Amino acid sequence: MRSSFLISVGFAVILAATALPAASQSSDDTIKEIERYRAALADGNPAELWEARGEDLWKQTRGPKMASLEKCDIGLGAGIVKGAYAVLPKYFADADRVMDLETRLVHCMVNLQGFTPEQAKKDPFGGPSKKSDMEALVAYITGASRGVQMNVASNHPKEQEYYELGKKIFFHRGGPHDFSCANCHGADSQRIRLQDLPNLLKQPTAQRAYTSWPAYRVSQGELRSFQWRLFDCFRQQRFPELVFTSDASVALTMFLAKNANGGVLSAPSIKR
Amino acid sequence: MNHKTICLIAAALMVAGCAVTAEQVAAEKEAANSQAALGMMKTSFKTRGQASVDRLNQDETQALCSQYRDNPPKNIREKIEALNQTLTVFPADGKLLGDWKEGEKVAQSGVGKQFSDNPETPAGGNCYACHQLTKAEVSYGNIGPSLYNFGKVRGYAPEIAKYAYGKIYNAEAYSACSNMPRFGHSKILTEQQIKNVVALLMDPESPVNK
Repeated sequence: MRSSFLISVGFAVILAATALPAASQSSDDTIKEIERYRAALADGNPAELWEARGEDLWKQTRGPKMASLEKCDIGLGAGIVKGAYAVLPKYFADADRVMDLETRLVHCMVNLQGFTPEQAKKDPFGGPSKKSDMEALVAYITGASRGVQMNVASNHPKEQEYYELGKKIFFHRGGPHDFSCANCHGADSQRIRLQDLPNLLKQPTAQRAYTSWPAYRVSQGELRSFQWRLFDCFRQQRFPELVFTSDASVALTMFLAKNANGGVLSAPSIKR
Repeated sequence: MNHKTICLIAAALMVAGCAVTAEQVAAEKEAANSQAALGMMKTSFKTRGQASVDRLNQDETQALCSQYRDNPPKNIREKIEALNQTLTVFPADGKLLGDWKEGEKVAQSGVGKQFSDNPETPAGGNCYACHQLTKAEVSYGNIGPSLYNFGKVRGYAPEIAKYAYGKIYNAEAYSACSNMPRFGHSKILTEQQIKNVVALLMDPESPVNK
């Protein structure tokens, strides 16, 4: 299988990198090895499998109302998929709420297909024993915006409010470790161990980071949405669990997406 | 004082008055936003495992650092450091150095305090996540400074060991709004674990000083 082949390549490169004698290995060499590993990964991206499944789910008639999602307005009008991810999050008058992609998909599954909110939010993230329809839909929608420039608006007062609250959340220090998002993502060229940490307050690095999510994670064998990215950051921040499609998750996404405006979407990408 | 001068003074006072008011308005808006953000967070997180929603509530240090985005003015900086100095507790037995081999294990381990962690398992310090320590470990982060040759460079004096212990116990007492967790104050590490990490930094036999 291609994905397991890729994983093998990944491990081989990691092993090669770590097996080098420590004394002769400068940090430049380490960075080069990581670059080579990333180039090997980019050769093929299993995210395609999620995108294809997501397209089917988008078009299938499902739910108590036996409807497809094809009439769902995800930002550019009913049924328009291409480019829609680039304008999210945004304020939707029909829901009187600022929504990111996942929140909007839940809204459409409830209103068009007749699912309950609980049903629509079931299995937001895939795991070894279960596939997530949500992550497949996210893969399809975001994949349709590859090559499109991020263009998040802040015309509506609620969009401005969410941006400001998202910024506050970004700097909110808490928990036993006193961590905020900013401690890892508020300065240039920082690393945890050998993992690069993008500066999400500066446009070029914020663009590169934001436009590469969602991503297929080789180490997990899963496609991961932006909601998952935030969920897992907060876990490592030692915070309680971020609730899927909660207001804080949307506000923080608004802050990060707007900081990435002008960047060209390349998601779903492939990552370690 | 003629009439014209009085008018000018009055005008100057009004401008000054307006400036203060504008600052106050901005400060009030900031405070209101902080409250709104905390309110939003409280409806957006849920307790899971050992990570309860109480963790969203901030102590004074966390609140001030968030308010000033980790870059407070001098007077606030001094206030935070003074407050945290009163919160630092040194070992009652006066001994600061433990076993550096155990300290290396604490430095390597990133386990602890996440909702996915078993609360029964002792937490690590995860020092290598942010610091270089030994030559042997090449996978280290750079958020904190390199601590390679920590004791060798600074000398093995008791004051340096005390500084190392205090810094690990409560970094905010030395550097307000530091990125570094308060390992002792926040009960991430035990007193013995901190002593072991101090030994990793300060024992002449430790690979940190080779």
